[in-house]
Amino acid sequence: MPRLSAWFVRAALSYLTLGFTFGALMLANKGIPLHPLLWRLLPAHIEFLLFGWTVQLAFGVAFWILPRWQTQRGDLRPAWAAFILLNGGIWLVVLGGWSNGPAWWLAAGRLLEVAAMAAFAVHAWPRVKPWVEETK
Amino acid sequence: MPHITRLFIKTSLLYLVAALLAGLLLMLRPLVDLPVIVGGLSPVYFHLFMVGWVMQLIVGVAYWMFPKWSKTRPRGYDALALATFWLLNTGLLLRVVAEPAQTVSAWAGWGWLLVAAATLQWLAGLAFVANTWPRVKEK
Repeated sequence: MPRLSAWFVRAALSYLTLGFTFGALMLANKGIPLHPLLWRLLPAHIEFLLFGWTVQLAFGVAFWILPRWQTQRGDLRPAWAAFILLNGGIWLVVLGGWSNGPAWWLAAGRLLEVAAMAAFAVHAWPRVKPWVEETK
Repeated sequence: MPHITRLFIKTSLLYLVAALLAGLLLMLRPLVDLPVIVGGLSPVYFHLFMVGWVMQLIVGVAYWMFPKWSKTRPRGYDALALATFWLLNTGLLLRVVAEPAQTVSAWAGWGWLLVAAATLQWLAGLAFVANTWPRVKEK
């Protein structure tokens, strides 16, 4: 597995742990009320599991297994940018929500996430190619 | 394909169907007179899809395709993978029963079943991460 995939997948597994922990706390709190503040974990639970876990794992595995040119994976810069932007965006959204920060904080987080998706698409687009090109 | 992977993937397909059936029931509520308990299916629908289908499919495929842990233990601890399967599914099914039931019944046991569901699914997540982390290796 290439270095960037390992980073994506390790980060995804870390978010899975956090997201499952928050989800378990909220579900237990639904069964036996522990503390009303636990409901504030909901946006982080969703953010960590949808973007931190699922999307990030998909990026990591796609970077690893999409077709290559000989041994090369093309321009790595947008893929690394996607990793940094995605994780920066996730934490901006989560911390902005927890701290009741200004609306632009959440918007900035979402903007980084959009930029991450675009950057990954820029990297992956040329690697989605027919078999015939690989034999040239 | 390893036996545990087949178990995960086939079970995930069953959850996909179950999730969409739950979604269908939720959509029918305004049109058809359905039992009140159907109203409590909303979070169940979402988790049948995301935990039962998406998560379980990922776990099954990761167990199969990720780099080998070692020559003697290529896919990590099989017992831990099997524990992931049973913990995840027991926890999820407990939730599927107890969460809607809690909306129509005052029995205190439903609450404790939800605590059990939360604990089992959390342990499943930890077991999966523990068994997968050492297989994420740079080459």
